[in-house]
Amino acid sequence: MRISRISAQKSTTEEDKIDLSILDPLIQKYKNKKGNMIPLLQGTQETFGYIPTAAFLKISSETGLNLSEMYGVATFYAQFRLTPVGKYVIKVCHGTACHVQNAKAVTEMIKEALKIGDGETTTDRLFTLESVACLGCCSLAPVMMIKGEAYGKLDGSKAVKIIKNIRIQESQSS
Amino acid sequence: MGNKQVIVGLGSCGIAAGAGKVYEKIRALKEVEGLDFELKKTSCVGMCYREPLVEVIDESGSYLYGEIDEAKAIEILNKHIEQNIPVQEYVVHSDLFKTVDNTFTDSQVKIALRNCGYMDPEKIQEYEDRQGYAAIKKIAQNGISREEVIKTVLDSGLRGRGGGGFPTGLKWRFANNNKSADKYIICNADEGDPGAFMDRSVLEGDPHAVLEGMIIGAYAIEANGGVIYCRAEYPLAIKRLNIAIDQAREKGYLGKNILGIEGFNFDIYIKEGAGAFVCGEETALIASIEGERGMPRKRPPFPAASGLWKKPTNINNVETFANIPWIILNEADAYSKYGTEKSKGTKVFALAGKVKRSGLVEVPMGMSIRDVIFKLGGGIQNDKKFKAVQMGGPSGGCIPEYLADTIVDYDSVNATGAIMGSGGMVIMDETTCMIDVAKFFLDFTQKESCGKCTFCRIGTKRMLEILTRITEGKGEMEDIARLEELAQQIKDSSLCGLGQTAPNPVLTTLKYFRDEYEAHIRDKKCPSKVCTSLLTYEVDPDKCTGCTVCAKNCPTSCIEGERKAVHFIRQDDCIKCGTCYSKCKFDAIRLS
Repeated sequence: MRISRISAQKSTTEEDKIDLSILDPLIQKYKNKKGNMIPLLQGTQETFGYIPTAAFLKISSETGLNLSEMYGVATFYAQFRLTPVGKYVIKVCHGTACHVQNAKAVTEMIKEALKIGDGETTTDRLFTLESVACLGCCSLAPVMMIKGEAYGKLDGSKAVKIIKNIRIQESQSS
Repeated sequence: MGNKQVIVGLGSCGIAAGAGKVYEKIRALKEVEGLDFELKKTSCVGMCYREPLVEVIDESGSYLYGEIDEAKAIEILNKHIEQNIPVQEYVVHSDLFKTVDNTFTDSQVKIALRNCGYMDPEKIQEYEDRQGYAAIKKIAQNGISREEVIKTVLDSGLRGRGGGGFPTGLKWRFANNNKSADKYIICNADEGDPGAFMDRSVLEGDPHAVLEGMIIGAYAIEANGGVIYCRAEYPLAIKRLNIAIDQAREKGYLGKNILGIEGFNFDIYIKEGAGAFVCGEETALIASIEGERGMPRKRPPFPAASGLWKKPTNINNVETFANIPWIILNEADAYSKYGTEKSKGTKVFALAGKVKRSGLVEVPMGMSIRDVIFKLGGGIQNDKKFKAVQMGGPSGGCIPEYLADTIVDYDSVNATGAIMGSGGMVIMDETTCMIDVAKFFLDFTQKESCGKCTFCRIGTKRMLEILTRITEGKGEMEDIARLEELAQQIKDSSLCGLGQTAPNPVLTTLKYFRDEYEAHIRDKKCPSKVCTSLLTYEVDPDKCTGCTVCAKNCPTSCIEGERKAVHFIRQDDCIKCGTCYSKCKFDAIRLS
């Protein structure tokens, strides 16, 4: 099962900067609706890129949803993240078609190039690497998706090249 | 010039292949040069292997161009649009002459996919022009009773296309028999099966057909609420569904007293899934819509009696709903004339893996698997040897080459140990290791197990550990018996379909490819050269030219050698990533 616990010693400096009041419209919209837990969590993640601990507490106190049930739901579904992610999330497809076309090599080469493991974020907070189930572009296997754009017919070095190009663009624009 | 149409295929797969850029290029050129043609969008026509696709329709007929990039698009505009000369070399399909791709299209019967790739999915008018919403109008105008609608669906022989294969008409009858002021109809669009993408294609290409199918279902069972539970991984499908729902509301196909049918009130909303394979199971899906962990519960009560918010609920899959309007419009016999005795109609298959033409095909039930792969799919990539086909995803199994004459129908496929499932066909050649495939699926189900049933939660984990050690060359002969025992126990003691079918990939590979298991365990060899722990990479001194490409690309710098001299791999540092093997242009890296 996919369990990633809220780390106890995580620095709070980052979460201090978060303005939770932007969640107010979302909470108002779903407050008394039945079946609102998943939309609330999805909305929060869309806002922050992940679900901060403070947001759990705020939603719980303002909607009356049970904190433990919210945590249970957030850790059950693959979509939810409890830690911040990089600016670019690299989703490497590991569906059946991609697997038989050697998606493993793509993930391995990216890991090597970015010096991070699966599910981790680079120290400059630019990239997060994720393995995902089927993206539905099986005919272009192996595939990865970055910011909604799919890149098909990859191999390890092609994937690394694409990522390097993003990094170059980023350093030029900053 | 004049009256020409240029249609660009903009499904997810097309966009991934670059169709968006091609569309923009054509649009820009049309504007700048003032070219006279109508530019339209459509979705996936199923020929994913030829994406991006651009169709030109002129006075004489239709020309479908394949593998079009921006440069080729310019050429087509110059020649075909301006000078009336079709660019023959890029044509992959035409209604005027035969092409090599005719074998892909000729054997297909398109019912569920009847509109995909033939209309703009964001325009309700185009759907209506293709007999869209004619089925629900037929019901309204002729006063066809609910019971008659259910009987037509039952007589058509349509069975659940999500994999269950339960007769749709019967399901509707059960839901209809339970009386309640509130009833729900749910479309299961949580296509989680890795390797299947027909539901995405239908939602992106023909969202109104799914809505119309749901509206007819709602009429038949007297439902007033509709939910489409769609994967969040399909953003384009969700966008187009939202557009379609708004349009349908505007035109009065959704709302109160629909098409003047007194008391027929029905509306639909979309619920985005949050990524859990188990939510394809009916009761887990309902729990997820209710905002909880998507864990299955015991049945009965079945959803038809007590489903969403404890009200009678009917759940069908996307492809099932897409068939419904056609069946109502053309009557049951028109549908049931296709297929076999117990599996009627057509089925959509997603071809992927080591097949030449990957894409979507819709064929009458009863066609042999071999014909689907070789006639439609065009055979195996690089003309390698066909080894097996995986059907039914993580719940299914591998059918070996010598059983490829099995026909596609629910019972024949079940007899092999695989299942029809949602229609994913992943084709494997001699370079695919069957133990690796079994391990892949088990890794998937083990991660996706919701954890409720002990045998599914822990048993799949133990099976995965055994498979992992076999692929690492640490297996024992007793492991085969252990796998079989665990598999049986997981099947017997799991509550839902996920656990009951999770061992299928292992059981079918054990049944048909036992020799491969034995080779891994006894000889510590992977015959397909996939399991890297059992391989060593070496440089063939006769073929190595000393080009240094392998050494430059080696991530651990364990390849040594001077330029123009034979290279050498230091085995101690080799991580067996295979980069040198794939980079060498001289075939000088040997696997043993």
